[in-house]
Amino acid sequence: MREMAFLGFALVLLGFWAMLTRKNILRIIIGFTIIDSGIHLIIVNLGYLPGRTAPILEKGMRVGDLSKHFVDPIPSALVLTAIVIGLAVTALMLVYAVRIYERKRTLNIDKYRELKW
Amino acid sequence: MIMVSFYILGIIILLAAILAIYARNIVTAIISTGVISLLVSILFLLLAAPDVAMTEAAIGSGLTTMVFLYAYNRIRRIRERNDG
Amino acid sequence: MAKYFVIIILLILLFLIFWNLQKNTAPRNRLDLLSSRYIDQGPREVGSANLVTAVVVAYRGFDTLGEVIVLFLAATGVGFLMQKRQKAYPKSNPASEILRTGSDVLLPVIILTGTYIFLHGHLTPGGGFQGGVVIASGFLLQFLARPESRIKVRKLHFIESISGFFYVLSGLAGLILAGGFLDSRFLPLGKWGELISAGAIPLIYSFIGLKVGSELVGILNNLKGD
Repeated sequence: MREMAFLGFALVLLGFWAMLTRKNILRIIIGFTIIDSGIHLIIVNLGYLPGRTAPILEKGMRVGDLSKHFVDPIPSALVLTAIVIGLAVTALMLVYAVRIYERKRTLNIDKYRELKW
Repeated sequence: MIMVSFYILGIIILLAAILAIYARNIVTAIISTGVISLLVSILFLLLAAPDVAMTEAAIGSGLTTMVFLYAYNRIRRIRERNDG
Repeated sequence: MAKYFVIIILLILLFLIFWNLQKNTAPRNRLDLLSSRYIDQGPREVGSANLVTAVVVAYRGFDTLGEVIVLFLAATGVGFLMQKRQKAYPKSNPASEILRTGSDVLLPVIILTGTYIFLHGHLTPGGGFQGGVVIASGFLLQFLARPESRIKVRKLHFIESISGFFYVLSGLAGLILAGGFLDSRFLPLGKWGELISAGAIPLIYSFIGLKVGSELVGILNNLKGD
């Protein structure tokens, strides 16, 4: 669906906006997860064809002309694993945020002065 | 009919995303991120991908939210220990 | 202010790229060659009713192995960075009676559901990733109900490493006994639509489910602290 792709891209843009303008490091990670959801929506939408069902065989379906009834299974398979990886990567980023807070006592990225000149 | 429910869901998702970015309280922002994932999983069901919808519903709204809250809890405890 | 201006221009350019892609792509009304090959030959070749499972485990099994390795690395990173160094955390409040009793009743049922989901991955929607996530959410409920409880980390690591080991081993069995690495046809395909069918797909998906579940429980346990 065309609208679904636009919704996904709106989520990507909102996530980028959050990552680029917010100062709180937890807000930046939230922006990353919003981008994640948007990209998953776009990729699943690539495999959708209107009026078709999920690619799961049932009794009574004839093998042979199934490709006229099913949506594309490949984007689903890719997104399936990407979601799980997304959770693990988010957890890793949050752990880094906790460690940085332990050292610096602040979540504001403007206060981290090591990489500024 | 499906398009009507899609538009309603899409508007709620965009509002939740704006809330997640601009809410003053960080816990509100974390919960609205979970809401985004839960509603996106309904959209996956509309897009005929039940496998993806299951994963996103369990991970996006359950585990990711809790991972965020655990991390925020740790940060809060470090702050309390420092002040007290 | 100049910063916001630059960011807005950047996002507008990004949107123009997307708009251009969207405008110049014709809407699909039929599947391309590769997908229709998977859909038409998948049930006969691999014996799986759920074609997403057929793609994840059999046709694109090598991708899945890579994803499992990335998951393992991220979980290891979380464990490495969250070593128990500080112990002076205040005790967390105990959970309510209702939550504790409900969690004790629900935990076996949730684990059973997760096992059902990854064992029936080739027949119904679901599979190793979903089942592992459901199991991890059951342990999350237990963590919430009893914050002071500890899980046996050694057993968790044992399950994780042994399932990863057998996952690669079944891939090698496919290399020796069937067509190639992670080919699931080294076991007989069996009768279509039954629980024990579709070659090694239930076996491989069980290993993936156990590995994903134990890794996510490990991540949650490390983040939980205490």
